Amino acid sequence: MAENTIRFEPDDRYNAFLTVCPQPEYAGGKLSGIAVAVKDNISTRGIETTCASKILKGYVPPYDAHAVTLIRNAGAAIAGKTNMDEFGMGTSTENSAFGPTLNPCDTKRVPGGSSGGSAAAVAAGMVRMALGTDTGGSIRCPAAFCGIVGLKPTYGRVSRYGLIAYANSLETIGPMATNVADVSLLMSIIAGHDRRDSTSYDRPYHHTPSAEIKGLRIGIPKEYFGAGVDPEIAATVRRAIGRLEELGATTVPCSIPSMEYALAAYYVICTSEASSNLARFDGVRYGPAADTKKSWHAAYQDVRKQGFGPEVRRRIMLGTFALSSGYYGKYYAKAQVARENVRKDFARLFTNVDVLCGPTMPTIAFKLGEKSDPLSMYLSDILTVPVNLAGIPAISVPCGKVQGMPVGFQIMGRQFEDERVVDVAYAYEQAVKA
Amino acid sequence: MVTEKDVEHIGELADIGIDTAELATFTGQFNAIVEYFDVLDRVQGDAVVTRDLYNILREDKVEPSLPQEEALKNAGAQEDGFIKAPRVM
Repeated sequence: MAENTIRFEPDDRYNAFLTVCPQPEYAGGKLSGIAVAVKDNISTRGIETTCASKILKGYVPPYDAHAVTLIRNAGAAIAGKTNMDEFGMGTSTENSAFGPTLNPCDTKRVPGGSSGGSAAAVAAGMVRMALGTDTGGSIRCPAAFCGIVGLKPTYGRVSRYGLIAYANSLETIGPMATNVADVSLLMSIIAGHDRRDSTSYDRPYHHTPSAEIKGLRIGIPKEYFGAGVDPEIAATVRRAIGRLEELGATTVPCSIPSMEYALAAYYVICTSEASSNLARFDGVRYGPAADTKKSWHAAYQDVRKQGFGPEVRRRIMLGTFALSSGYYGKYYAKAQVARENVRKDFARLFTNVDVLCGPTMPTIAFKLGEKSDPLSMYLSDILTVPVNLAGIPAISVPCGKVQGMPVGFQIMGRQFEDERVVDVAYAYEQAVKA
Repeated sequence: MVTEKDVEHIGELADIGIDTAELATFTGQFNAIVEYFDVLDRVQGDAVVTRDLYNILREDKVEPSLPQEEALKNAGAQEDGFIKAPRVM
């Protein structure tokens, strides 16, 4: 089997990888011999998987996530596991227990998060493509900050089997690469039905990107260009939309009124789900061993206090609070209504337009340590979370630079129209390349 | 207004293990975030959640699963082929 391995010895000066596989095996297929990096919250048989948390240090999954099985079957060589915000909780990859990833475009800045390691590994040319996960923007944000392409697929199109759950009603695995064609290729491998994920749809993705967008109707939600969005970013994205108009698309101004409370709803829902999902990390079945001589509350508290970082503990507590008796109606129940309102807003807009366009992030990549206050970090997710609440697809494609840093152009589409957002991104990419 | 006592209680419920020294910081951050959540008070409408997939269950029959030694491999403490947990009583 020696001839069926590649050598993978990257110069990882950005701390993109938590685990490197120096001699990964590969097989024949559409991804034959291609080095693919996998975010560290996606289970890989025989390769340590930590979610960038001390509580999973040393955990070696006995099985592959479905998406990993699919890329292995397509011939990919698993090059390693990438750094991330612990359990996906963050927008900068600074919340990793194993140190932050640096942005290859400027090492004083964050790569975005939570799939910051995957984005940096691709942007630095260490791998051709990577798998990330997106709960509230975790593929699109680092793609935007590092100047690569990232697709958040329609919820249910890619199996979550083997993805270590953080907020399972919101999150999905998705592809990241330097160009739209590679993102589309990786999506064609990982999409499809899997009966081990009860939210999986039988919607495979067999698509080759097309740059033909004549007659496309683009909605421009005013909230994506309003207060809080860096005017230079807004102007850069408007120019990108102008390129699409030159290609024959028409634009329609519109509004998403539920954006007013989408971010709050997102944080209530994701922390609530996290408080439940992360209850399994107690040092019994995996992770650092609990002291079995102590009472279970004392033993679990010891393990969880030492194993979880501050942001994870904060979110578990926020979720516990939002679900607790007396507050459930005020927070969790209201957040579900808000979520439905977001879904309805998108559905209404998509009766009139084919896609919605705006910036991926309201600012360029921030400096390491710049957002030390948790709420200010949360606020930077404002333009990405509505898509997760609605379960629709969205892609981020690079569209120029502001202060020398990449800007992401976000294209959002109808449920199951991942092909269309890919085509619009491809049309833009080809037009600026020409 | 969330008090330090509230945060301590939530920490207990979540088995998160909070030090007295951490309480002030967590409480301050909690209040800022929860205050932001108050925007949800303005949400109108009722929660009629629509889902197009429901009751996705497989047939109740035995299927291949992990061998015992694989399933135990990551457990911190084990005894006689079982995972050992802290005492409950």
